[in-house]
Amino acid sequence: MLSNPPILLLKDIRKSYGTEEVLKGVSFELSKGETKVLIGPSGTGKSTLLRCINQLTPPDEGEVWLNGTELTDKKVDINKARQQMGMVFQHFNLFAHLDALNNVKLGLTKVKQMSEKKARSKAMEELERVGLANQASSYPAQLSGGQQQRVGIARALAMDPKLMLFDEPTSALDPELIGEVLEVMIDLAEAGMTMLVVTHEMGFARSVCDEIVFLENGKIVEQGSPRQFFENPEHKRTREFLDKISELYGGSKR
Amino acid sequence: MSFFDLAWSIFPSLLKATIVTLELTGISISIGLLLGILLALGRLYGNKPIYALATAYVEFIRGTPLLVQLFVFYFGLPSIGINISPFFSALAAFSLNSGAYQAEYFRGAIQSIKGGQMLAARSIGMSRFKGIVFIVIPQALRLVIPSWSNELIYLVKYSSLAYMVQVPELMARGKIIASRNFRTFEVFLVVAFIYLVIVLILSKILDLVEEKVKIPGLGT
Repeated sequence: MLSNPPILLLKDIRKSYGTEEVLKGVSFELSKGETKVLIGPSGTGKSTLLRCINQLTPPDEGEVWLNGTELTDKKVDINKARQQMGMVFQHFNLFAHLDALNNVKLGLTKVKQMSEKKARSKAMEELERVGLANQASSYPAQLSGGQQQRVGIARALAMDPKLMLFDEPTSALDPELIGEVLEVMIDLAEAGMTMLVVTHEMGFARSVCDEIVFLENGKIVEQGSPRQFFENPEHKRTREFLDKISELYGGSKR
Repeated sequence: MSFFDLAWSIFPSLLKATIVTLELTGISISIGLLLGILLALGRLYGNKPIYALATAYVEFIRGTPLLVQLFVFYFGLPSIGINISPFFSALAAFSLNSGAYQAEYFRGAIQSIKGGQMLAARSIGMSRFKGIVFIVIPQALRLVIPSWSNELIYLVKYSSLAYMVQVPELMARGKIIASRNFRTFEVFLVVAFIYLVIVLILSKILDLVEEKVKIPGLGT
């Protein structure tokens, strides 16, 4: 990994809402093809951190670098930069008035200015990739949560991002629907996508990711390989948190 | 003359005036629609000055009687040297008035759009403007239909106020006919019937439109 320059570099990210400092100086990097999992108690700034990366929530201080471009620089064309970072949301956020195909296609025609025909076949390809080609003309309300999330992933992938940000992609799903979404994510990771995933799915963290980052109260408490994390965590807080999570989600057995 | 003979004899003349009523309503509701969308967007997405301006406008229009607004255009503008016809003064008053009300309907519709979609649009690199054009407005136009049809129906009937400023629309025509044959009750019964038919047809059309543009899960 050392020879790989980082695709994503975070330097001392800070963000406050009012008087409450949500992120208190977070730094890490992500190399090409790496999958990193971000865990931590709720309200600890994980989602905020993801949004600071693609500037949906610009950080107050610190730098975000994507592929050698500083996104926190005010002069950068952020709409262009965002095309390189797919984002998947906890509540899917599909466009409610468009069917699955058009959800995926919209960015291609309206942002990438692709021709209708090309965009259509590209969108179809992405739906196939997440196993939903047969639901192309279904509207979001006609799809299950798991299917909606897979459309959400296809929509992000269609832009050919260099990096995928997942914000608790399975937290809003019924237990029996989690598997189909994780499967898509595992395929992606194995195909070499660079991914940053906020999740409580410890099974996914254990088996798929290269590194786990434990965030608490706006700060990184510990980061390391899944093996080190689960077998021999350095910090007491990490151990407590992992115990709690596996109790809640049965994660360690997955 | 029996009621039906009377109704039959005044009908053609009333129908001609009905066309003026429909023109007045149709043009006002359209200008109001455009204005309403812009005002709603201004209140929801505008910077401080735009928000303040749009809000002040809506509050001012909604806080004053339509008839007063009509008189301001009809009597007020000529007094400062701007001469417009009765029809255009009514058109201006109704459009500007309807715009304020439609702004509120659109604001409600936009606010009821399921959250996070704008965020998703921005996350794939859409500008806020494109997000509004391709995500917000198509959904708002559908969600607004039920409340918007109220506005259209109100406007059909409020357009009768234009008789106060000499616009030869349905109500004015009825008044002229009644003042000639003194059969006020019957004449206005026919006038009322024509308004009723217009309103029923329009609400049926809007029902059909709502059904036609319906998308599963949107607005339910």
